[in-house]
Amino acid sequence: MVNFWRSIRFTMIFAILLGLIYPLVITGIGELLFPYQAQGSMVKVRGQVVGSMLIAQPVTNPGLFHPRPSAVNYAANGSGGSNLGPTNPALVKEVRNNLQTVLQQNPGVSPSQVPPDMVESSGSGLDPDISVQDALLQIPRIARATGLSQAYLQGLVRQYEQHPTLGIWGTPMVNVMQLNLVIERRLGKG
Amino acid sequence: MTVAGSIGILVIIAVILALGIPLGGYLYRVFSGTGSRLDAVYRPLERLVYRAVGVDASVEMSWKAYLRTLMLVNFVMMVFAYLVFRLQGRLPLNPDHVPAMPWALAFNTAASFITNTNWQNYSGEQSLSYLSQMIAITYLQFTSAATGVVAAIAFLRSISAKRSDSLGNFWVDFIKIHTRLLIPLAVVFALVLVGYGVPQTLQGHQVAHTLSGAVQVISRGPVASLEAIKQLGTNGGGYFNANSAHPFEDPSAWTTVLEMIAMGLIPCALVWTFGRFIGNRKQAAVLYVFLTAVLVVGAFVIYANETRGNPILAHALGIHGVNMEGKEVRFGPALSSAFAAITTAFTTGAVNSMHDSLMPMGGFIPMLFMMFNLVFGGDGAGLLNILMFLIITVFLSGLMVGRTPEIFGKKIEAREIKLATVAMLVHPFIILAPTAITLTTQLGKSMLLNPGLHGLSEVLYAYTSGAANNGSAFAGLSGNNVFFNLTEGLVMLFGRYISIIAMFAIAGSLAKKASIPASSGTLRTDTFAFGGVFVAVFVIVGALTFFPALAIGPIGEQLQMWASLGH
Repeated sequence: MVNFWRSIRFTMIFAILLGLIYPLVITGIGELLFPYQAQGSMVKVRGQVVGSMLIAQPVTNPGLFHPRPSAVNYAANGSGGSNLGPTNPALVKEVRNNLQTVLQQNPGVSPSQVPPDMVESSGSGLDPDISVQDALLQIPRIARATGLSQAYLQGLVRQYEQHPTLGIWGTPMVNVMQLNLVIERRLGKG
Repeated sequence: MTVAGSIGILVIIAVILALGIPLGGYLYRVFSGTGSRLDAVYRPLERLVYRAVGVDASVEMSWKAYLRTLMLVNFVMMVFAYLVFRLQGRLPLNPDHVPAMPWALAFNTAASFITNTNWQNYSGEQSLSYLSQMIAITYLQFTSAATGVVAAIAFLRSISAKRSDSLGNFWVDFIKIHTRLLIPLAVVFALVLVGYGVPQTLQGHQVAHTLSGAVQVISRGPVASLEAIKQLGTNGGGYFNANSAHPFEDPSAWTTVLEMIAMGLIPCALVWTFGRFIGNRKQAAVLYVFLTAVLVVGAFVIYANETRGNPILAHALGIHGVNMEGKEVRFGPALSSAFAAITTAFTTGAVNSMHDSLMPMGGFIPMLFMMFNLVFGGDGAGLLNILMFLIITVFLSGLMVGRTPEIFGKKIEAREIKLATVAMLVHPFIILAPTAITLTTQLGKSMLLNPGLHGLSEVLYAYTSGAANNGSAFAGLSGNNVFFNLTEGLVMLFGRYISIIAMFAIAGSLAKKASIPASSGTLRTDTFAFGGVFVAVFVIVGALTFFPALAIGPIGEQLQMWASLGH
């Protein structure tokens, strides 16, 4: 019985310590040291939040870079992947649809050029990055829609390419939001 | 597979081992009563906590008393978490107005987090308030890891004890593991994660007006404080539905590497602590070599299968290269494969890619690691499983060479073998029986997302994950119904506590035995030959009990895939 009361006292005291004080202290210090990251790396254009640097958003405009396909339609309040297994016929169907969209939006591109990440859904449905190959294939479309030169856009991709950490961790990639913000600014919209 | 990617995987595992050794020594000093320079800081603080909880630190407990207290406080904490989930709609810190959880889901979730499993039949951003994420989820992520570690420590004391009854004081151990290990590590790691982009805020979701003129609602919250202990405590339950695949939980290659190291740190350290307790560092070194070898082989099997890509897509659509379905670009195939292996070896259950979409043999490894449940294993629980299999290996080798089985100077007799066998057999039983039952019901079949053998794998993976207290999923399975919430909840509880109870009973009888000095007739357990036999035993036992199920799951799916492409 003594241990029963002790258990209740322990549960309450440690719930307050680990469940309230600990996260609140981290929140306080986090907001103080890293306010931008702590709030979710939100991006503002003319005072209005347009999205997060870390979260993919749906892009319909042909003049901007498009993110990877999302199984949850870029719901940033309901993340997730397709969870389709590798032998599931529905996976082939999904990828075929995504491929058709890519080929339709980017005339002149052939399926053998398309990197898997461009047509296969991400794990979170919110993957903010695309492979360099994916970005390069989108350049002719963006150039046509915006009037920006292909050389300029290629330079942009090279400039913002992120390399593997220490050369061993990760893959070469670009952040879609980062590129799109530069394009918007260049076009005088940002 | 690339050279850089392969080096990347090996470096992560090397760092885990390198950090585990000093930390293991530190844990030995904390729990063996050897003084430490930090005592001056911690002692007054801990005395304060003892007084608040009402603990007499000088009391020594027998195995029964220690175990009873452990079970009791676990039960009280589980009830507490259940009540928080049921009442969250009316409690404060709920800016996104999340309603109460239904009872069966609340039971499943409470059972899941108290057992260090972190199976999630809910989606975090939609089904939990900020308060629940903090005071139920984050809280239990500390205490469930602490429970595992103190259980392992108590067992280690029984091995080094000489004709004694005492395993130490549960409360003292339980409080110390928080103050001297989990809280300091979690605070540092959480702040590092915030710096690298993991949100930590009490502001509700952000409404964004996107560049294409749409509206996007972005969930966030106190993520970093949860993320840190989620990995350090080998818990794995994510803040968001997509777990560490979500950019807010794991924003870069760098953070995912840190998260993998955090998962491996404590289980790896405890193997070294074990070596220190029995005064035999070579024993720990032998275990390191063999367990690391198994881990590395597993990681590279996944890596090879994922980089080869999906031949069905190549054949049907001409898409060549890495299987990126369910993976994130910032991790790529190497870090996704390493994560899948590490999260199931150390039974964390966090995922940074969707395991349901791994290639058949890529998904086979995580399942196999959870069936082994001792490739380092979870915080504390992993070491207990290693010790259980060491006892069984000693017994089997004793039979083969005709010697009385003894381990660490203690004779192994019928009672210990019976208990170890119980602990061992529970695992396959609570995986295979419910899998079979579920697959014969209409309801069970309606839960599957994927057809054919992959669907069978989804259910097999789910109960394996529950029994191993892992928590990762083939997430296509829609398990949020009363039947599955209850069966999976019970599997998690049995998987956790039956083996803990059996191991405590063994500890009780080992503690009482006199220590026999080693002689030329002693079967040495710290040799590489014995290490090889140890691996053979757990692989054969694992393979024999699970092989039929694996054959019609992932192995069958792989063969079907080859057959359909005419190989």
